[in-house]
Amino acid sequence: MKPAPFDYVRASSVEEAVAALAASNGDAKVLAGGQSLVPMLNFRVVDAPLFVDINGIEGLDLIEEKEDGGLRIGALTRHFALETSVSVRDRFPVLHEAMKHVAHLAIRNRGTIGGSLSHADPAAELPMMAVLLDAKIVAAGPDGEREIPAGDFFTAPLTTVLAPDEIVVAVDLPGLPAVTGWGFEEFAQRRGDFAVAGVAALVTREGGTVTNTRIALMGLHDTPVRARSAEAAFGESGIEAAAVAARQDADPMNDLHGSADYRRHLAEALTRRVLTAALERAAQ
Amino acid sequence: MTAKISITVTVNGTAQAADVEPRLLLADFLRENLDLTGTHVGCEHGICGACTVLMNGDSVRSCLTFAVQADGAEVETVESLGSIDELGPLQQAFREKHALQCGFCTPGMLMTATDMLRKYPLETDDDIRDGLSGNICRCTGYQNIVAAVRSAADKRDGK
Repeated sequence: MKPAPFDYVRASSVEEAVAALAASNGDAKVLAGGQSLVPMLNFRVVDAPLFVDINGIEGLDLIEEKEDGGLRIGALTRHFALETSVSVRDRFPVLHEAMKHVAHLAIRNRGTIGGSLSHADPAAELPMMAVLLDAKIVAAGPDGEREIPAGDFFTAPLTTVLAPDEIVVAVDLPGLPAVTGWGFEEFAQRRGDFAVAGVAALVTREGGTVTNTRIALMGLHDTPVRARSAEAAFGESGIEAAAVAARQDADPMNDLHGSADYRRHLAEALTRRVLTAALERAAQ
Repeated sequence: MTAKISITVTVNGTAQAADVEPRLLLADFLRENLDLTGTHVGCEHGICGACTVLMNGDSVRSCLTFAVQADGAEVETVESLGSIDELGPLQQAFREKHALQCGFCTPGMLMTATDMLRKYPLETDDDIRDGLSGNICRCTGYQNIVAAVRSAADKRDGK
């Protein structure tokens, strides 16, 4: 057997899961889709005396349309459900596009949005989408629920502000303004593999004028981040200036898949592409 | 020692009851407890796809799923697709198109393709490549694997 021994509890409600986590004094971990956690258990780089399986909790697997044009996505929603959701495609086409790059079929059948956000891989699509879309992450703990803006949620690679006895229960995506174009580009060795880097953008136009621009980066920082100087440069001087500025917003690492310099080059090239695409789509 | 947990998993239509450690992977449950060695274990961390089985109709990595999580579920393994004397249609297509050399990746390829054939139109060969992209073949047999899934998809669609 690959993982070290552990005890296992199958929670049937959020309250039960939180109580089990709280009773363990911070030692227990949550098991959702398991697609990042179980490899780490198999390698024994992670172990815990107790795993709380939340897969059996009813009501966490949902995609709900909101009146403001937004969506509430339950934490146990599988990647496959997001990828094939008509609500996601119609309301957040940028997320629909990003989902095509999330792992491979068998992983998408199990992996969950709550798990991906909690795992907080800086090169993963869903954390970056949460930052781009100004998501509110709803977490439940012993004292009830709290909402955490995605921009405050990720603190370091594989690290979030979640307490050991808190679990993500839902993600709220506020609706986008009417004329919003989008762009998404990522560079990976093969589609579905871990991204070397990725960039996404939203451009809102009102009466021919760009009124709002959001650009987010993945694999280019120790957390997913908004590219604030690229956003400002785009408003002042356009696409080329924004692409160059994106290099400054990136603070990438060297690793097996690419040097920091190469990643900065990707930040520039992909920012150019996503802004071009977003501007075109906002003009239609 | 951690407490064992009683589970019942329906594997290829037969209910299988066992008391297992929580850390027992579904792949090891199938291979060691049930002697269903058609499910292969390669990397054991979710990269290679050799251990792919269907759980409640969805392809999953059995090396990333604990047996206790399959309690109450329906699991289908490569043994459900046919027998040596009577190959299933997808297995027949793999044979006709020479879609295997050493055969190590084949059970995972077959189960992934089974999921794809049930769920997707697979209009283009790119769709097939995309679906199979999570399964690694080290004999470089991808061309023929794509051709075999294409052939099975065409048969499915009455072409």
